[in-house]
Amino acid sequence: MENIRYDLITALPEIVILSMAMIILLADLFLKQTNRIAIYALAQLALLVAAFITFSTHTPSIGYGFTAAFVDDALADVLKLMIYLGTSLIFIYTRQYIQLRNMFRGEFYALVLFSVVGMMIMVSGQSMLTLYIGLELLSLSLYALVALDRDNARATEAAMKYFVLGALASGMLLYGMSMIYGMTGSLNITEINNALMGGENIHSVLILGLVFVVAGLAFKLGAVPFQMWVPDVYEGSPTAMTMLISSVPKLAAFAFIIRLLVQGLPTLAVDWQQMLMIMAVLSIIIGNVTAIAQTNLKRMLAYSTISHVGFVLFGLMSASINGYASALFYIVSYVLMTLAGFGIILLLSRKGFEAEQLDDLKGLNQRSPWIAFLMLIVMFSMAGVPPTLGFYAKFAVLQAALQAGYLWLVVFAVLMAVIGAFYYLRVIKLMYFDEPIDQHPIQAPFDMRVTLSVNACALLVLGLMPQGLMSLCGYAIFKSLS
Amino acid sequence: MVEYFTQHILSFAIWMPILAGILVLFTANDNKPNVTRWLALAGSVASFLVTIPLYTHFNVADGGFQFQEGFQWILSFNINYHLGADGIAVPLILLTSFTTVIVVIAAWEVIEKRVAQYMASFLIMSGLMIGVFSALDAILYYVFWEAMLIPLFLVIGIWGGPNRVYATIKFFLYTLLGSLLMLVAFIYLYHQTGSFEIVDYYNYPMPLNVQVLIFLAFFAAFAVKIPMWPVHTWLPDAHVEAPTGGSVVLAAIALKLGGYSFLRFAMPIAPDAAHYLSGFMITLSLIAIVYIALVALAQKDMKKLIAYSSISHMGFVTLGFFLFNNLGLEGAIVQMVSHGFISAAMFLAVGVLYDRMHSRQIESYGGVANTMPVFAAFAVFFAMANSGLPGTSGFVGEFMVILGAIQVNFWYAFLASLTLIFGAAYTLWMVKRVFYGEIANPSVAALKDISKREFFILATLALLVLALGVYPQPLTDVTNATVTQLLSHLAQSKLPAGL
Repeated sequence: MENIRYDLITALPEIVILSMAMIILLADLFLKQTNRIAIYALAQLALLVAAFITFSTHTPSIGYGFTAAFVDDALADVLKLMIYLGTSLIFIYTRQYIQLRNMFRGEFYALVLFSVVGMMIMVSGQSMLTLYIGLELLSLSLYALVALDRDNARATEAAMKYFVLGALASGMLLYGMSMIYGMTGSLNITEINNALMGGENIHSVLILGLVFVVAGLAFKLGAVPFQMWVPDVYEGSPTAMTMLISSVPKLAAFAFIIRLLVQGLPTLAVDWQQMLMIMAVLSIIIGNVTAIAQTNLKRMLAYSTISHVGFVLFGLMSASINGYASALFYIVSYVLMTLAGFGIILLLSRKGFEAEQLDDLKGLNQRSPWIAFLMLIVMFSMAGVPPTLGFYAKFAVLQAALQAGYLWLVVFAVLMAVIGAFYYLRVIKLMYFDEPIDQHPIQAPFDMRVTLSVNACALLVLGLMPQGLMSLCGYAIFKSLS
Repeated sequence: MVEYFTQHILSFAIWMPILAGILVLFTANDNKPNVTRWLALAGSVASFLVTIPLYTHFNVADGGFQFQEGFQWILSFNINYHLGADGIAVPLILLTSFTTVIVVIAAWEVIEKRVAQYMASFLIMSGLMIGVFSALDAILYYVFWEAMLIPLFLVIGIWGGPNRVYATIKFFLYTLLGSLLMLVAFIYLYHQTGSFEIVDYYNYPMPLNVQVLIFLAFFAAFAVKIPMWPVHTWLPDAHVEAPTGGSVVLAAIALKLGGYSFLRFAMPIAPDAAHYLSGFMITLSLIAIVYIALVALAQKDMKKLIAYSSISHMGFVTLGFFLFNNLGLEGAIVQMVSHGFISAAMFLAVGVLYDRMHSRQIESYGGVANTMPVFAAFAVFFAMANSGLPGTSGFVGEFMVILGAIQVNFWYAFLASLTLIFGAAYTLWMVKRVFYGEIANPSVAALKDISKREFFILATLALLVLALGVYPQPLTDVTNATVTQLLSHLAQSKLPAGL
């Protein structure tokens, strides 16, 4: 009995969010469209309560629940707080957009909350089964969200593509997991590690399993050569969904990699390091070079995401505490940048108009100097130019890779960063150096403007004072992995 | 309060123009540009006044870093906010804050669209460049170094000429490429020494092959910035397209960032590599001096001509560095400061003509001296200074470098002194075609002579050029101790014992 109570307390934030998702589904039936705003408030409230619980029950020690299938450690808490923050921002940024497109319904908020629960389970998963269940809960919610706008043919196509390829990736992941299970006789991460430490296994089967697992994860992350779905899905989905897909789930995917590869399979580090290295290099090349050719803003950001994922893998492949901490720092920075970037795209969209071509940004400095300035920060941050957060993210990852001895790979990454800078500069060029085509006044709710300003300016402020976020990431990794 | 100020002069010098710039941004109203202009002027003058104590309180006997201040900034990587200035940095800091005042005045009536953004860009850039000159922590330095690209990128891109987009993106990417390699070198040194303090790097011994790689990484960053032949091609493009203020800052200060950084990083951190590669560096410098001067001779665009002339003059600077003697090094520093004044004046002079005629082509002019006699007098004076006439600051630096070169190798000196001929040739030929002869066309005939504002700027610069040419001692006094200390550091091998 004591055990069950402990189990439930470790998973209390998940339970809160899940319950709220159910309540929203029910309440939605009884609410008129004019009162729907209550659902928005409930969803935000769920995140707030969950954040409060996660924060107040945080301890630096590691706690296990549900027969060690679920873990509550510093990494999980930090990532969960980031997920709440990110999701809350998404709710704020997307409200007007989905209202104008007839998607302001209970389903949207319930599905997003379900996906949040999925992410939280991934973050806390300490067994391959929990990790997988979390991943599927996340993925299924996302497929449904992309297709939420029923009459939108492009979105439906994107959802289909996403679903088919995502299912394939899940299959691969599961197949790889089954081989690892076969070799170690356990689904539990800690036990897998212990079994592998003991020796007594067939290396080739393990490697085969590892290849499938890594391929499956790379699919979900969108790393080359498993990136095909990323640009199409980003472009086809309604921008609100693109924002969701491209941001917070990456935190969960990061946790998945840490749990499975770093905590479960450290004995195979030499092998997965090589795989990550190849994917990192390819992602950085393909992402940066292909982004140059894009005229669609969302596609460009899709390729930019691919290159960012490459940099995250750069940190992970260093296979050191320093490397993991820098990869975490990178991915958190990435999420903040992406949210701000997509937030601005949402801000420029209006009823019947999607701001998704690069040309839609033309002359933004003349239409609204402040929003242009915010986008300027986001772009320089993505390009990794100081004094923005993006610079320290790249800096941290590169120094970890250099410490691990990958000098020439670091030089290569740096050259690619210059290529990357070109397409971010092009966005700035459009905003500042060109005359506007679109003269419509920019309308946005007050809360969105304020939050977006804080979000984008945070990239600058954190660029001037990055210590806090760095310490937080270092703390999360250090307490959980050493 | 006074005590607080004297302990944080460098911080004030950096942050005052930046804060003034942000303040100016809030007055963005093109219908009332005068508010913005006066605010910007007040900000820049105040920022200049703040830097003056750096000169008056400078201890000339001390060759090390003075006015030091700092705190721990990013603990995770042992990065400090550590500032300090030595005899090489102080003159350049003063040059920066002074040039900003000039740029603000020069833009007074010329810039009419988005005045606030223009003024703010220059004020913020000024603070960032002072940051580059005074940072003693590698990452702090790097942050300033890169951040100053952003306002300059915008200045060229927004207020530039027809081909501005190409020029500004080329400028940004060229510089970024070089500086990222420098960042890799910093990270490498950090993992070796556990610190980002520049001074720690000075005393860290390294084998020659490592030193050469580090030197080349720095070379990539600084050679692009100076710019040295053959990575100079971004500069003429950037200059031609930039608005007058952009050209002035680019020529007067941005190029010096590269020169200064050679003395701060590449040479003292990798002294053996610097000696080992000195032949290479001197060759590149001489090519810049001679070949680029010939290229300048062929230019039809006045701004392009001055841009090439800048590259040629910066060749003197790098030549002076790699002679490893007192005269050469001190001459190079004098040359940097002097070029800051002269090139600024030359670009302002072209700006004066461009504002009236909207053409930079030499062939659009002729006989300007007849309609603008006062202006012509200034222009001829600066042209003389640019070609190194004795009595102007242009002469002092070049002469010292040539004397330094003779001590090393006669042919170095011989080739370098060719510039006295070529420099005179391209500058005076341009002056002749633009200012003398018959009045070429009706638009030249309609020209009005310079306003009081323009007169004030040009006269100030002319006085400085003359003062430095006749009596350079106030400058060399400041640099002397630092130069001596640097040379003795460079003379010591840093190769680990037993290699």
